[in-house]
Amino acid sequence: MYQILKQIIKTGIRTEAPPQADEAMRLVPQRLQQEILNVFGGALAIRMVDAGSCNGCELEIHAVNNAYYNIEGMGIKFVASPRHADLLLVTGPVSRHMEVALKRTYNAMPEPKLVVAVGDCACGCGIYGENYAACGPVSNVIPVDVVVRGCPPTPTAILQGIITVITTNRSARE
Amino acid sequence: MPIKHPNLRLERMNSAIPAWHGRIAENDLQPICQNVRDGGGRLVALWGSDERAQGAGFALHVALVNETGMVCLTLPLPGEQPSYPDISDLFPAANRMQRATYDLLGIQACESQDHRKWLRHGAWQNGSFPLHKDFDALHSRCEEPDAYAFVKVAGTGVHEIPVGPVHAGIIEPGHFRFSVLGEKVLRLEERLGYTHKGIEKRFESMSLQQGAKLAGRVSGDSTVAYAWAYAMAAESIAGATPPDRALWLRALLLERERVANHLGDLGYLGNDVALSFGFAQFWILKEQLLRNNAALFGHRYLMDSIVPGGVVTELPADGRNAIENECAMLEQQVHILRGIYDEHAGVQDRFIGTGRVEPKLAALLGLCGLAGRASSQAWDTRVQFPCTPYDKLDVQMATHRNGDVAARVAVRFDELFESLRLQRKILQNLPEGEILRPLEKLPAGGFGVGMVEGWRGEVLVAMHTGAQGSPARVHPHDPSWQNWPVLEHAVMDNIVPDFPLINKSFNLSYSGQDL
Repeated sequence: MYQILKQIIKTGIRTEAPPQADEAMRLVPQRLQQEILNVFGGALAIRMVDAGSCNGCELEIHAVNNAYYNIEGMGIKFVASPRHADLLLVTGPVSRHMEVALKRTYNAMPEPKLVVAVGDCACGCGIYGENYAACGPVSNVIPVDVVVRGCPPTPTAILQGIITVITTNRSARE
Repeated sequence: MPIKHPNLRLERMNSAIPAWHGRIAENDLQPICQNVRDGGGRLVALWGSDERAQGAGFALHVALVNETGMVCLTLPLPGEQPSYPDISDLFPAANRMQRATYDLLGIQACESQDHRKWLRHGAWQNGSFPLHKDFDALHSRCEEPDAYAFVKVAGTGVHEIPVGPVHAGIIEPGHFRFSVLGEKVLRLEERLGYTHKGIEKRFESMSLQQGAKLAGRVSGDSTVAYAWAYAMAAESIAGATPPDRALWLRALLLERERVANHLGDLGYLGNDVALSFGFAQFWILKEQLLRNNAALFGHRYLMDSIVPGGVVTELPADGRNAIENECAMLEQQVHILRGIYDEHAGVQDRFIGTGRVEPKLAALLGLCGLAGRASSQAWDTRVQFPCTPYDKLDVQMATHRNGDVAARVAVRFDELFESLRLQRKILQNLPEGEILRPLEKLPAGGFGVGMVEGWRGEVLVAMHTGAQGSPARVHPHDPSWQNWPVLEHAVMDNIVPDFPLINKSFNLSYSGQDL
């Protein structure tokens, strides 16, 4: 236990060291918490579905959970069931074998539901294209609110996508 | 010459690894495989090709390795009702590869006990085959549900838990069917193929250069390994050797990919046993490495750095310094974290004895790569078949004999430290000079292979060029093909809640297998 606490204390200083990342983190939490408070009462639940990606985008979505981006610190959480989710994060060119599962996941979510397509493949400019096995972009299968381009997009871009979708939604309501 | 057989004429391939190629007749396939297996060799990959456009029929290709090198066998098959002798009795890992080859090409292993579909679910009709050159995507389309014949476990108190394809986390999709008695897993059956997105067909319409990008996206976490294997295959057809500096830089990138993945997995392995401290710590280290990758090489995961003929990213002037500092930092931090993992009773209680694959079973099933080495399967392409620069680096292979989660964790730690040492040695000895001699065009009708020890295991890319010299058939092979079936054995008699931990300790690729 002593070693763990010692390491946590020592690490705390290290994580704040890179100035660029700190800048991004200071701006992002403020905007996001405000928006989430307005729309989702301080908590946003995300269900993530890989609909056929190469696993590159998943690596960056994992990274969004690391101490640098600390998405949970903003009140955003990845949840295990679509029934608990406000937002669906989808990666990959939707493979035809995942088409039904993706639609069912989307249908299982309560309204109001938001969809963010993550990565070039999910946005329709990926390398696999549309073929006998791939439906192409997510918007070919379910309605999409925001697209985050990149191969894979950086964690910062993924965060921006999530922020954008909340902001857009609120403006539309007001 | 790695295999001796009276009917076998082998030709040395012009490859960076010791590889031979030979054509065989139908009756020789099983005896040769038997011969290789008896000598302690393994099956690496099995794939097919449509050669009707060249006036032939189909062909089956099998890549085998033993201590002396790789042998690629080509078995020509007729254009009508092509079939070949089943080799899944000799190499159990062949089962799914054979079924996938039928789904994509319609060439069948006769006398096999298992003719269930594998990569095809319901997106295209049974009887139409995507890798036929005359495949009609439009008219083959169908919408049938995936009626898959899972093996039923019967008996008092047995029930099934179906999981997936959408999993309860940020994971690739696949279906797991557990048959359990109380908490204990009696049997796990996997159903994969959900991320099948037509990669192999896509290669056929791409130039050599475009294909390099696609190869880097077969499995995103192994982009360096795939891009290198693809380039190696192309270079083997062309008979070209990239500049020395390019090869050393490739190895530097490959080791960085290995370190990044091991850091991430070690974090998640802590997380899966409720030590979220481990996730937080290791992912800070991984993020630092990814940021260094972006700063030095322009991409966090090093995608599109390797092309046929060399590399396109040069190490910046301050690069050596930055990487050496990073290595020193990682060595110190990971050492502390390993101490914490090793001393943590709760962690060790979950790790030790969980998901055990005995060395004997591992050998029988052909477990390879990192998971294989944790079960005494001492294979590492960097050690057995070292190409430049590994022939000058004296790679120390990490192995363990317990075959449980703790062993796979230990191998990860050992390999991580070794990769840090290798990076330093590469930087000290990095030759000067050019980094790219572009490969514009390949000879027509060529065949080449590349094999690279990715972080998960050996990644193979086989390439056949067509009449115009462009890649007519590219087959990328992920070590997950071998290791997924072994995971079914690893979880037997474990409790259901330990499955995520066991699964993560293997961390196999879905996309790399589904293609």
